[in-house]
Amino acid sequence: MNFAPVLLFFAAAFALVLISLILNRLLAPRNPYPLKLTTYECGEEPVGSPWIRFNARFYVIALIFVVFDVEVLFLFPWAVNLKTLGMFAWIEMAVFILILSVGLAYVWAKGDLEWIKPKPDNYLPTQESK
Amino acid sequence: MEAIFFIILSVVAIFSGLMVILKKNPISSILFLILALFTTAALYVMLAAPFIAAVQIIVYAGAIMVLFLFVIMLLNLNRIDEGRSTVLKTLGVIVAGTMLVVAAVVLRSVAIPADSAFLRGVGEDYGTVETFGRSMFTTYLLPFEIASFLLLAAIIGAVVLAKKKLD
Amino acid sequence: MIIPAEYISLLISIVYTAGVVVFVLLFVLLCNWLERKISAHMQDRLGPMETGGWHGWAQPIADAIKLLLKEDIIPAAADSKLFRIAPYIVFMGSLAGFAVLPFASNLIGTDLNIGVYYVIAVTSIVVIGLLMAGWSSNNKWSLYGAMRSASQMISYEIPVALALLVPVIAAGSMSMNEIVQNQAGGFWNWYVFKTMPFSLIAFIIYFWASLAESNRAPFDLPEAESELVAGYFTEYSGIRFAFFFLAEYSDMFVVSAIAATVFLGGWHAPFPFLSFIPGIVWFVSKAAFLVLVQMWLRWTLPRLRVDQLMHICWKIFLPFSFVNLLLVSLWVVLKG
Repeated sequence: MNFAPVLLFFAAAFALVLISLILNRLLAPRNPYPLKLTTYECGEEPVGSPWIRFNARFYVIALIFVVFDVEVLFLFPWAVNLKTLGMFAWIEMAVFILILSVGLAYVWAKGDLEWIKPKPDNYLPTQESK
Repeated sequence: MEAIFFIILSVVAIFSGLMVILKKNPISSILFLILALFTTAALYVMLAAPFIAAVQIIVYAGAIMVLFLFVIMLLNLNRIDEGRSTVLKTLGVIVAGTMLVVAAVVLRSVAIPADSAFLRGVGEDYGTVETFGRSMFTTYLLPFEIASFLLLAAIIGAVVLAKKKLD
Repeated sequence: MIIPAEYISLLISIVYTAGVVVFVLLFVLLCNWLERKISAHMQDRLGPMETGGWHGWAQPIADAIKLLLKEDIIPAAADSKLFRIAPYIVFMGSLAGFAVLPFASNLIGTDLNIGVYYVIAVTSIVVIGLLMAGWSSNNKWSLYGAMRSASQMISYEIPVALALLVPVIAAGSMSMNEIVQNQAGGFWNWYVFKTMPFSLIAFIIYFWASLAESNRAPFDLPEAESELVAGYFTEYSGIRFAFFFLAEYSDMFVVSAIAATVFLGGWHAPFPFLSFIPGIVWFVSKAAFLVLVQMWLRWTLPRLRVDQLMHICWKIFLPFSFVNLLLVSLWVVLKG
């Protein structure tokens, strides 16, 4: 297999960005002053640090994603060979997917796929904020 | 040509591996780790295992590193200025040193068999997805099915641990 | 002097790569103009009318020159090293996808036998670039945008991969060229119509999820102007901004071109008697058609909320793709 073109595409992208930045350096004005270099915050003085603690949901989603990503990596070699391997491989993969569906069902039932935490019982949801 | 690529890639891989532990800022460490994973992926390509290379990028660089970045942002570990404790450092050195010794001893005692792919060169279909898939459903069928239970355990464990830590 | 064959093939590859880069730049300029005109006409406006005379055709060129001449501003609070590297990573990840696109039967960068999987791999490079851009900017909008973008892109990577598996099963190969060759002989052989209705479902899931992968409306939450200013590239200006923009538009083409390749017959003509028209024309027009659909959707549909986005991905697309995949593979196995 020939991977040289892949390398070339990476190199071409790198070169294009580099050349444009050099051209920009040569052609564009440079007049930085402190006010220009402040962080954008809708015209206000920046308040506090943006590096805050992020919501745990991002982390849970990433964890679940890792598991499913690994599952998908098993599916590709199976898909390529399915025609030659036949029914046996199909059953094997069906079992594989079934076992992992238990995982998905578990996460689903535990409410970890929910982006918005369930509201307390006395809260009456409207049609929109289900 | 191949030797040049190999040397460049391994030097970059080792350098970025070192930077992972030398950098103070965890985000920079992770980005160097990503670079190390990429160079390893390129080495896999040179070893005629393009599928494993793609897996390396998708699973490690794409999924696990994003998870690491998320965790760092979640725990707000962005700026750790104080040095880590000496006990941890000593422990780390001991563990890493032992691993190095074990790896060296094992590698020294392993002789490369005369009929290994290493020496006789590889055929056209070596390391392709087709070969990979065929051996997955013949020789390694049981490990493959066990992997599904492992993944199931991982997903349940992740959710349980996340719940415990976060609530 | 005899030039070794390797050098000649390397030279051909270099010329091809340069050609693709030129194509990408021209395509982005054209798309930029089209997007403005289409959005304008859909909203009963005119859009650019002055620059260049005829319907403001030179507007994107003028904009490109303007971006090149802009001052390069790196905020004082930003992590300057990562801030500079991020556009490289994003653009490299986006352009690398072109390496496996079969523009015609012999017009392909390299026909990797992991073609489809390779495309997924380079997409995950973009995620890292976006997170770098968002984090290094040290700006609230950027970081929120990057986090949203990353979680959205990784979530939708699973349905995209599962949908792409359907044509892989049908072709028994991940090589782009082989998948296209298996769809020869008229539109009824295209994978979108074969093994109906599963392949059609796979196509719809792929296209829908790929909109989320390339951060296009209605999934453009990461750069939702009304709440996050410009998402992960809020702090970027001038030429560095241009590369995020370029990456986004070339991503539009890549996802459409992959849909055209694996579902819509690639460079094959819809009818055998039309095959005198060169393959590249068919390929580019199929991809361009899907790009137009993306624009149409952007200016028609309202933006989703984060919870709706995650709901669609994990609770609708994911189970549906799994069931769909099992059914289509069962069909293929039973048919022998």
